[in-house]
Amino acid sequence: MQNSPRDPRAPLDPAIASPGREGLTGTAPASLYAPSFEREQTTIAPDFAPAEAQPAWRQDFPIDWPQDLYVERRDFLKFMVLTSAAFTAGQLWIAAQNWYRRASGQPPLVRVAAMDDVPVGGSVTFTYPDEHDPCLLVRLTENDFVAFNQKCTHLSCAVLPRPAEGQFFCPCHDGRFDIRTGVPIAGPPKRPLTRVVLERRGRDIYAAGVEERTT
Amino acid sequence: MSRPARRPFSRDQRTIIVNGMLVFVLIVVILQLWLLTATMNAWLGGDDSIVWPGLAVSAGGLALNAGLFIYLRRIERAPSS
Repeated sequence: MQNSPRDPRAPLDPAIASPGREGLTGTAPASLYAPSFEREQTTIAPDFAPAEAQPAWRQDFPIDWPQDLYVERRDFLKFMVLTSAAFTAGQLWIAAQNWYRRASGQPPLVRVAAMDDVPVGGSVTFTYPDEHDPCLLVRLTENDFVAFNQKCTHLSCAVLPRPAEGQFFCPCHDGRFDIRTGVPIAGPPKRPLTRVVLERRGRDIYAAGVEERTT
Repeated sequence: MSRPARRPFSRDQRTIIVNGMLVFVLIVVILQLWLLTATMNAWLGGDDSIVWPGLAVSAGGLALNAGLFIYLRRIERAPSS
């Protein structure tokens, strides 16, 4: 195939199926004439120099409304793409935290309290599985203990036990959880409190794991 | 084989294109926001089955959005003659 540039003045084969018709408009190639945009389609700079010769700031801060409309929407699009990148970074952060949580394995068995240290209707605080996770052990009846993470699932305020009312109460936004199950029953929280799995050995209560739930 | 010559987009055409892109990108960004909150809620509740699919879908949305933006810059820089 011959690759030499074709003379644009040469007569054209009008057949549509003929080779070389790609990119033609009508019977003339698009590149035959210089683009003849309307005046509204171009910005005339104060120095009458072409747009390519203008400094970058003049292209970013246009002096006519149509170009300004285009530039502001293009910049908004750029901002939205950056927002999209931020959301993806958030997903990546969750994935990294998930990997770390899995790599940490099961939390260890930790003694919380002796049964005799907690009166019926009373509670003790402890941290589990690490010092950043405050928890509450509540004795509901003679042989009935429950333990939950103390962080409210709404905004992580510390919940307070109210055994007489059968509730954990969050004073920040009036959230309430069932004291037996940790399920939210009032207020803004949507997820249950993280349950601490308890194990009884003799007269001692041990924390043996955590159970996070969505419902 | 040389590519056929193409007339560059006019400013009005580019404005229409960027408006269309904005509609698409905004829908994808709203989807990503919903996906992030849903994934966070599920993960905090101990359900990690959605973490990697959520990341994949969100990354796909970002690729689409970034691809559109790159295309817009490309047609913007196309030679005008």
